Amino acid sequence: MSILEAETHIITQTAPEIETKELMLDLKNLKKVYPTPKGEYVVLEDLNLQIMKEEFVTIIGHSGCGKTTMLSMIAGLNEITGGSISVLGKPIKGPGPDRGVIFQAPSLMPWMTSLQNVLLGVNQVFPHATKAQRNDIAKYYLQKVGLEDAFHKKASDLSQGMQQRVGIARAFAIKPKVLLLDEPFGMLDSLTRGELQDILIEIWNKEKITAVMITHDVDEAIFLADRVVMMTSGPKAKIGDVLEIDFERPRTRKTVLEHDDYYRYRKHLIDFLEH
Amino acid sequence: MKQSVTVSKSEEAKWLEGIKVVLSKLQFKTPTFNLKKIIVPVISIVAFIGIWYLGAEALRQREINFRVEKALTDQGQAAANALQACFASNESTCQTNTLPSPTQVWASVITLVNDYYVVKQDKLDFKNKTAAVNAKRIAAGKAPIVYTGRASFVDIVIRSLKTVFAGFLLAFFIAVPIGIVIGLSPTLRNAINWFIQIFKPVSPVVWYLLVFMIVKTLLIGTSSDNSFLISFISVGLCAMWATLVNTAVGVSTVDKDYINVAKVLKLGQLQKIFKIILPSSLPLIFTGLRITLSVAWMVLIAIELLAQSPGLGTFVWEEFQNGSSESNSKIIVAMFVIGIIGFLLDRFMLTIQNMVSFNKSEGI
Repeated sequence: MSILEAETHIITQTAPEIETKELMLDLKNLKKVYPTPKGEYVVLEDLNLQIMKEEFVTIIGHSGCGKTTMLSMIAGLNEITGGSISVLGKPIKGPGPDRGVIFQAPSLMPWMTSLQNVLLGVNQVFPHATKAQRNDIAKYYLQKVGLEDAFHKKASDLSQGMQQRVGIARAFAIKPKVLLLDEPFGMLDSLTRGELQDILIEIWNKEKITAVMITHDVDEAIFLADRVVMMTSGPKAKIGDVLEIDFERPRTRKTVLEHDDYYRYRKHLIDFLEH
Repeated sequence: MKQSVTVSKSEEAKWLEGIKVVLSKLQFKTPTFNLKKIIVPVISIVAFIGIWYLGAEALRQREINFRVEKALTDQGQAAANALQACFASNESTCQTNTLPSPTQVWASVITLVNDYYVVKQDKLDFKNKTAAVNAKRIAAGKAPIVYTGRASFVDIVIRSLKTVFAGFLLAFFIAVPIGIVIGLSPTLRNAINWFIQIFKPVSPVVWYLLVFMIVKTLLIGTSSDNSFLISFISVGLCAMWATLVNTAVGVSTVDKDYINVAKVLKLGQLQKIFKIILPSSLPLIFTGLRITLSVAWMVLIAIELLAQSPGLGTFVWEEFQNGSSESNSKIIVAMFVIGIIGFLLDRFMLTIQNMVSFNKSEGI
């Protein structure tokens, strides 16, 4: 556990020194077509997006515009019709643990405890570690999401918010190169959502895993992201606009809300969505 | 002085208040005996027995009236009167052959229980009598002489339970693995589907005949009693379909989210089956197993009857053929025993289901 913390400490220390960041995720001319009885339905077309290492990008757009399709294509759970997706220059081949996913529904195995749920991924990614080491990794992340008292609780006995915390721990514990979040807090009430945003950003500040997150919530998009990507409405959705968020990290909700630029960003996003 | 009085009063009031609070809490916490939960079933049981009694009495009267009237027209007034008196005296020669009343059934219960002790004593006597002979036979390498006398009602029930468990295990070991395999492979599912759809509705009688044809031929030349073998195989084959179909459905309809998790984590095929697919289909598999067990218990009677396996099925049929004054009430006793055991078997399965699977189902 201490090794883990030391490691993440080094990353946060050295991060500002790297000037030119590596290209982590590259979507080129991405296209998705669903065949329907009435002919082809083009969901995405000519979608280009570059995401740098250690960047947090949120994607916002109207319902049904193809955000989730895009994310599941990056995850490898949805076939690519045209164009390419590469991680660190290598085209992806199907799903894999280098791209961790936090689903909208917590998607925990309800018959497993929260520890077993996290271990399911950890065992898979660190097959050569000892059992104790793997346990430590899983427990470390469960502690980070505030579940140190619920290691051995069945997932089905946890509240929705607690389950999504396990989901976050499970995704970070497998140390993915890219973290994909598909509206992870969409099903939660606003209080719980705020709590989980804080937890997410706290872990992320330590781990700096490149993250792509879909959201419907303008404030959430601004609070979490380095860049907010706005998608046009489908069919043939593509990137409509990109907004750089220049708030310093680590951020707190208070400093963000009180920042002079906050309402300018917010207006920008809402104007785009209402357009 | 005045002040102190008011203080003491208010203190008294406080005490009273405190006691009230404690009392109310006590009342709240002591499990208020839920009389409704006890009284309602008791009322319904009493009502059931009442209706049964009245119904049985009406049927008895109808039969008596018919027979007395018949005697009147055939043999005259004297014979009719004699018959009427005979019925009224409740003699064993003048019993009606209709639905027995609750009291008659209760009398049969006591008869069967007494009979159990009689048979038990018989067996003990037999064992003591043959002990010396059997010891010699075993020493000489021969099979010992076994008790072949009358079986008690308890022996009959045990025989039926053995048959149903053997049949259930057979169904389990056939249906669950096949269900998993065809649940995993849509191709195999299509290949086998016609087979399942055709054989699922086949009646227990036909299953028995089919098994009888095959087992009889396989065991040709041997003289051993194969009624147990035939009946449990028939029960198993007849009852396994619910488990087969439910297992296949459970395995093929695992929540897509779980499968996505397995894909993202790149779980191997075996891990995916044992860690995700099977646990998530356990509730459906168990629902299937519960149906299988209850179907097995239900068809058992018919199959034992046909196979002449000395269980409840044969008991019921022999009592019916026997036609003694008590046989109708013995049939009713068997009916209740069958019902109660069926209910207990289902509870037993439900308990196991709740122990091993993640979503708790209520027993209905």
